[in-house]
Amino acid sequence: MLELTAAQAAAAIKRGELDAGEYFDFYRERAANDQLNSYVWVADERPELDTSGPLGGVPVAIKDLFCTEGVPSQAGSKILEGYRPPYTATSVAKLAQAGGPLLGKTNQDEFAMGSSTENSAFGPTLNPWDTKRVPGGSSGGSAATVAAGTAPWSIGTDTGGSIRQPAALCGIVGMKPTYGAISRYGMIAFASSLDQAGTFTRDVTDTALLLGAMVGKDPCDSTSIGLPEPVKLPTRKDLKGIRLGVPEELSGEGIEEGVLKVFHETLDVARSLGATVETMHLPHSPHALAAYYLIAPAECSSNLARYDGVRYGFRAEHFSDLLGMYTATREQGFGAEVKRRIMLGTYALSSGYYDAYYGKAQKVRTLIARDFDNAWKDFDFVVTPTAPGVAFELGAKTADPLAMYVNDVCTVPMSLAGLPGISIPNGLSDGLPVGFQIAGPAFSENRLLDAAYALEQAIGFDGSGAFA
Amino acid sequence: MSNWEPVIGLEIHVQLKTRTKMFCGCELSFGEEPNTRTCPVCLGLPGTLPVTNAQAVRYGIMMGLALGCEIAPRSIFHRKNYFYPDLAKGYQISQYDIPLCRGGRLGDVRIHRIHLEEDAAKLVHIGTSGRIHGSDASVVDYNRGGTPLAEIVTEPDLHSAEQARDWLQLLRETLRQLGVSDVNMEEGSLRCDANVSIRPAGSSELGTKTELKNMNSFRFVMQGINAEIKRQIALVEAGEPVVQETLHFDPSSGRLSSLRSKEEAHDYRYFPEPDLVPLVATEEMLESARAAIPELPAERSARYESDFGLAPETAYLFSFEPEWGDYFEKATAGADPKATAIWVTELRSRDGRSVEPGDLAKLVSLVTAKTVTAAAARTILDKMVAEGGDPAEIAEREGLTAMEDSGELEAIVAKVIAENPDVVERIKGGNAKAIGALVGPVMRETKGRADGGEVNRLLRNALGV
Repeated sequence: MLELTAAQAAAAIKRGELDAGEYFDFYRERAANDQLNSYVWVADERPELDTSGPLGGVPVAIKDLFCTEGVPSQAGSKILEGYRPPYTATSVAKLAQAGGPLLGKTNQDEFAMGSSTENSAFGPTLNPWDTKRVPGGSSGGSAATVAAGTAPWSIGTDTGGSIRQPAALCGIVGMKPTYGAISRYGMIAFASSLDQAGTFTRDVTDTALLLGAMVGKDPCDSTSIGLPEPVKLPTRKDLKGIRLGVPEELSGEGIEEGVLKVFHETLDVARSLGATVETMHLPHSPHALAAYYLIAPAECSSNLARYDGVRYGFRAEHFSDLLGMYTATREQGFGAEVKRRIMLGTYALSSGYYDAYYGKAQKVRTLIARDFDNAWKDFDFVVTPTAPGVAFELGAKTADPLAMYVNDVCTVPMSLAGLPGISIPNGLSDGLPVGFQIAGPAFSENRLLDAAYALEQAIGFDGSGAFA
Repeated sequence: MSNWEPVIGLEIHVQLKTRTKMFCGCELSFGEEPNTRTCPVCLGLPGTLPVTNAQAVRYGIMMGLALGCEIAPRSIFHRKNYFYPDLAKGYQISQYDIPLCRGGRLGDVRIHRIHLEEDAAKLVHIGTSGRIHGSDASVVDYNRGGTPLAEIVTEPDLHSAEQARDWLQLLRETLRQLGVSDVNMEEGSLRCDANVSIRPAGSSELGTKTELKNMNSFRFVMQGINAEIKRQIALVEAGEPVVQETLHFDPSSGRLSSLRSKEEAHDYRYFPEPDLVPLVATEEMLESARAAIPELPAERSARYESDFGLAPETAYLFSFEPEWGDYFEKATAGADPKATAIWVTELRSRDGRSVEPGDLAKLVSLVTAKTVTAAAARTILDKMVAEGGDPAEIAEREGLTAMEDSGELEAIVAKVIAENPDVVERIKGGNAKAIGALVGPVMRETKGRADGGEVNRLLRNALGV
C-alpha cells in the first residue's frame, strides 16, 4: 500500500482491488507511529468512508491551521492550545465531500510564520531525509508526512512559499494555486491578501486530483474566485513550443552551488523535451522580500488581534486589569517570531509611518505584478530553483531572522503577484532533495500541471528513500 | 452669550433595518437572550471571513440618494484596529478614505459623508452604577456585534442646540420614511455625537472642538450641546483654552466628563480590509434604489407650502406624518386647501382615520359655504368619527345647519338676556368682558348653529354697549 500514489490507491479502491478501510487504517497506524513530529493530532478511529467521490476514500493530512469541527486546530500556537472550532474550513469540507477524509492535523510554524517549522509551540518537525535537518516551513508537517509516507497526501497553506519551499526540502511536489482559487474560509489567517491553500503530493497527477477537489468559489469568502475550468489530470509528455523564462534575479546570486547545478540540469531536460529556455528579468523582484516583510506582518498584526484571551484559547492566569490581561496573555501565548512580526506590522501601519512602509510596499507589490504581466508576453512560464538551498540543520538559522527570511526569496514574488506556482523534486544535492519551481499566469493551473508532469516524467526522481 | 457663535457638526450612527448582520448571516437582535444571535463570523472565531450584506449596501445607497450625496462607483472597507472586549476581531470593519456616499444636503445642513460599518458588541457592567467605573465585572453580549451601521457626518453648519435638535428630528423622520432604520434613539438604533466649538460672532475661523458622546434622546442632545457651549464660553472668557477631547454627557447630572484627550486618542492603524473586495455600486443598483425612495419630509413640506399655500407648521406636520399628508391631498381635491388643512388637523386630533377623505371634503365645503358654523362642524365631525355618514345629512338630521333667519336668533338673544339679569347688571356696570357669560348660553340654545361673531354683535346691540 505504501508504494501506491494516492491516485493509484483511489483507482484501486474504485476497482475493488483495495479496501478503503484497510488503507485508512494502514495510514492511520503509520501516522500514529510517526517519529518526525509531523502530526499534532491523528484520527483515533476510522470514519465512515465514502469511496464514490473522485478521491475514493484516500485520507488527507491537514495542516493544523485549517479549522476542523471538534478537532484541535491550533495553528501551531500556544495561544490556541486545545482550541476545537465549531465549524470546518470550506476546503476541508470539500475534500471530505470528494472522498478525502481527515487523517490527522500536521505541525507547522506558529500561525504559518517561518520557513523551518521550528516556530511551532508543539516542537519542530524533522526532515525525513535527515532527521538532524528541518523540513522547511511553514507547512513542514504536511510536507514531512507525504515524504515519509505517513500520509498519502496532504494540504497546507502558502503565504510567501510555505508550500513550495518545504515541498522542495522534502523532495515532493507542492503546489500553490492562483490566489482566490481555493476558499480561505476556515484557514486561520496569517496574511489575508497572500494566504492560499495548496497541496503536497508524491507526484503531479496526485496534485491535479487533490487540487481539483478543493478549488471553487465560496460564498463565505468574497475573495474566492475558483478556476475558469475544472482541473484536468495531466497527460503531456513533451514541452514543444513552451517558452521558459529564467529570471536572472532569482537564479544566480544567493543560490547554493549544488542547487544551481541541479537547476541547470533540469533546464537541459526541458530543452530536450522541446522547450526554449531564455534568461529574462523581473526587475523589481529584488525588492519582493522587503515588500513582503512589510505587507505580511501588517496584515498579521491585525489578523492576530483577536487572540486576546477574552473569548477562546489561552488566557494568562495573573493580571489585575483588562490591559494587563491582554498583555500577559499575548506575551505568554505567542512565540518570538509571531511577536516580532506583530511589532513590525504594527509599526508599519502606524500613523506617520504608513505611507513610508505599508503604502510603499503596496506600490512595490504592484510593480512586481507588472513585471510578471510583461513576462507573460514572451514566456509561458517562469522557472527558478524553489529554495536557495537544501534542508538546513535544526537551529542553524533560528538566531538570525533575516537568514531565515531569505529562504523565500524565489517564492515570494509569485505570492505578491497572486500567481500559481508548483515545486517538483528535480534531483539531489549532497544527498538532499532540490526543488524546481514553475510559475505561470493567473489561472494557468492546467497548463502548469501539464508542464510539470512532462518534466517530472523525464526527470524520474525517486523519493521513496525518505519513507519511514 | 451673543458675543459667541457656536459651531456644531453631528455624527449620526444609524442601525440599518436589514434582516441579517453586516458581514454574516445572523439575524439582527431585538432584546433576545444574550449571545443567542451569534455565529463564528460575528464572534471573530479564527479562520472566519466577512461577506458584505447587499441589503445594507442598498440602504446606504438609498440614504445617499435621499440626502443628495454622490455615490462612489467603487468604495472600499478598511480595518479600524483597537483592542476592546466589545470588538471580537480586534478591529472594526468600516469605511475610511473612500466612503459609499460623499457630499449632499438636508435642509440647511450639508452632509460631509455617509459610510457603512459594523456595530460593536454590548458591554454590560455588573455593579451599582451600570458604568465601567466601580463595576464588579463586565460581560459581553455579542448579539449586537456586527449589526449594520451607516454613519452620517455633517459639515459644521449648525449654530445652536435647538437647531441641532430640530435638524436631527428632520433627519430621523427622513430615515424613518425611507424605511432603512427604526431610528429609535432610546433603543440606540439612532445615536448622535456632536462636535462643538465656539468662535467670536462674525468670525469665520473654527475654534477648537470637543466631541460629545452618549446623547441618547433629542432632549439630551439639546442639553448636552447647551452645557458644552456654556462650558466653552466660560473657559474662553476666563482666558483658558478649550482642549480637544472627547466628552461623555451624563443626563442625570447634566455634567460632561472627559473620556480621553487628543494625546490619548487611539492610533487606529487603518488599512484596506484584505478579506473584502471593493464595493461596486452599479447603475442598476442606483436605479433600483432611486425607485424605492418615497417623497421625503423636506420635499413634501416645501410642496405643501408652494402648491397649497399651507403654513410652514402645517406643512411640516403633514410631512412628518405622511399618512395625514396623503389624507390631506385626497381631501383637498374637493375643497379649499387651507380650510381642508384645518379640518384634517381636527380629524387627526380625533384619531379619525375611518372618515373618508371625500366626506371630510364635503364638511369643509359646508363650512366654507357657511352652511354650518365651525362649532357645528366640530359636532358633525364627532358624529362622522363615531358613526360615519354624510356630513350634510348629519347636519340636517341633528338640526345643525346655520341659522339663516336672524329673527330666530334675535329671539334667543332676548330670551337669554331676560334669564340673566345679574350678568346684564355687571355688563352695564362697566364689565364688558362679562358678555362672554351670555354668548355661551346663546350658543347652547342654538346648538352651535349660530355664528359667534353675529351672536356677539346682537348681544351688544341689545344691551347698548
